[in-house]
Amino acid sequence: MSNGRLLAVLLAAATLALVVVGTVWPVPSAAAYAGANNLMGSSSTAEAAVGNLGDEISAQAWGKAYASFANKAQFTESEFVHDLTGYYPSLLTYSTLDKFEVRPLHASANEAEIELKLHWATVVGRSVSKRDLHLIRNGDRWEPEWPIAKEPIVPPQVIAVNYLRWDVIYPGSGDDWGAQNVEAPHVRIVDMHPVERATGVVILGELLNEDVVPAYVSVTATLLSKNQSPIGTEGSFDKISHLLLPKQVTPFLIEFPNVSLSDVGSIRMTPISTLIAASADPVIEVENEHLNPAPGASLTGRLINQSGQIVNVAHVLGTFYNQAGNVVWIADEYIDTALLPQNPVPFEIHIPEDLARSVSSQRTVIATYNSGGSQ
Amino acid sequence: MRTGLPFLLSTMALSMIQLAVAQDRSLTLPKTVEAGSAFSIQCTGSGKAVLYIVGLGQALKRDVELGGTTFFPAGSLYNSGHYLAVLERSSSAETGSFDVVPATKPAELSFLAKPSRVPVGLHDGITGAVYVFDVYRNLIAVPTLVSFELSSPSGTAQKRTLTTREGSAWTVMDSTAQQGVDRFVARVDEISSARIIGQVPGDPCELKMSARQSGQKLLLATDLVRDCNGNAVPDGTIVTFTEAYTGGQSTVDVPLKHGIGEVQMAVHNGATISVASGIVLGNQIRWEK
Repeated sequence: MSNGRLLAVLLAAATLALVVVGTVWPVPSAAAYAGANNLMGSSSTAEAAVGNLGDEISAQAWGKAYASFANKAQFTESEFVHDLTGYYPSLLTYSTLDKFEVRPLHASANEAEIELKLHWATVVGRSVSKRDLHLIRNGDRWEPEWPIAKEPIVPPQVIAVNYLRWDVIYPGSGDDWGAQNVEAPHVRIVDMHPVERATGVVILGELLNEDVVPAYVSVTATLLSKNQSPIGTEGSFDKISHLLLPKQVTPFLIEFPNVSLSDVGSIRMTPISTLIAASADPVIEVENEHLNPAPGASLTGRLINQSGQIVNVAHVLGTFYNQAGNVVWIADEYIDTALLPQNPVPFEIHIPEDLARSVSSQRTVIATYNSGGSQ
Repeated sequence: MRTGLPFLLSTMALSMIQLAVAQDRSLTLPKTVEAGSAFSIQCTGSGKAVLYIVGLGQALKRDVELGGTTFFPAGSLYNSGHYLAVLERSSSAETGSFDVVPATKPAELSFLAKPSRVPVGLHDGITGAVYVFDVYRNLIAVPTLVSFELSSPSGTAQKRTLTTREGSAWTVMDSTAQQGVDRFVARVDEISSARIIGQVPGDPCELKMSARQSGQKLLLATDLVRDCNGNAVPDGTIVTFTEAYTGGQSTVDVPLKHGIGEVQMAVHNGATISVASGIVLGNQIRWEK
């Protein structure tokens, strides 16, 4: 009994001591979240000033970040916030800054150039953006100039949209057995082959909607060993464009981590399709696509929304082929800003260095989503 | 060996009971009863008893006077199957069985027609299976003539007449060359069931586009996209335009609108422009100013 009391007293004392330590000597990031006034380190160096800015963005202390800028006369705090989180709902609207990196590019006694790399945690994974900041010395402090990207202005206009929309009426629960159902869309895998990567086996392929109605599609694969026992089953998850309009083709990629291709005897592919209400709008043009060689191999280009509605999230899927026309890799990127009508937005999809040499052509597919649901 | 003797004794006891029941039979049952029809059961002897009739999804109980006939009105037993009759007297019970068979007159058809959409010009592309039921939804197992008729959009019809086997019959039909709506009808006597089959165009055939410059843009448009049977490919079908030029490429997936795929792309002198839909390639244009 006395031992229990002693333990309780010790725990209470330790808790009190930790509270005092945390209050008197707070961790800077914790202080930032708590709203301390001078929470960051000093801005006596250019790197420290950008570090402070990163902490403020991380803490969403927009007012403090805005106050630290040397060029705040050029834009409002609201414009700064929208520059980071998007003027329209997009991936960044629902993201938080996971971490940031500060990389000095150039420095003199009174001026400096520093790259701020922002790693955003979004609902579809990490999104990285870079800003090159110019800093100027003001007394004993360094002040960054924020390279504001102002809201793109779309000229007021009326864009007539009369693309098709498909709706589906399913049989009711009271219908008799034998009553006709609505057929699921006919889809077909037009290309498929497995490749071995350092992480395991990857299955690459393409799926065609050969029907006259839109389809919601996904693909699952089951690896079978040489004695036909199943090794594992995986799905394409988001490495596919789930909505396929008639005669549209999507790439798909299925990963089997920690599996060796030499252990695989056969593969069972299962394409799945269901009817879905869909619209043929929006149309996205992929412009100026360019395959950039290694090192840093990538596919770059620009997306142009040719329709009248705003696309909140665009998913770019690149299919890369060798000279024989076989798929050698599939990669993707989510665009973290909304696509406004006729407003080009750049994209960059990275290609593994070891495969870049064998890539001779590519095809790009865009899956779009708006805040009202998938399109 | 140890279980052999009890098994033998119980088997002998059961056989003796059955023999005793058979020797004292007072229950006269019909061999078969048509589902839904009236029938009667005679019980010899004297006194009172209770008659139970138990079958698939149905059970009847009647207080009967032995030595008389118990009548069951039409609709008493309507589920086809094997039924057990038990006559329970004060000191003993007697059992018997009979079958309720489906009514001979068809009243309802279950017609399964697949698929609901089929490409034009597909041999054996449409299947139809029919199951014949009586008014109580019992499957009529006796051979019955069924006629199938598939009316195509062009007005022609394919007909088949078949005899059911174990209550069902099925057939295959061809889709015709013209897109539209087929009416697929299965008929038994005056009973019929209809299904709608959509005949949809096949892949685009001889996909062809043209290009003309409009300001700083290149206006690309396909001809009216048709399949190899001359049917217009439906709106919403995706056509992919690709413009390859020095240092890059541009691509647009465009849905057909009024049967035509149309898009504006940037002008690049010397560009090669191609068009495709699904796995079908169209023509190529080399754009020179």
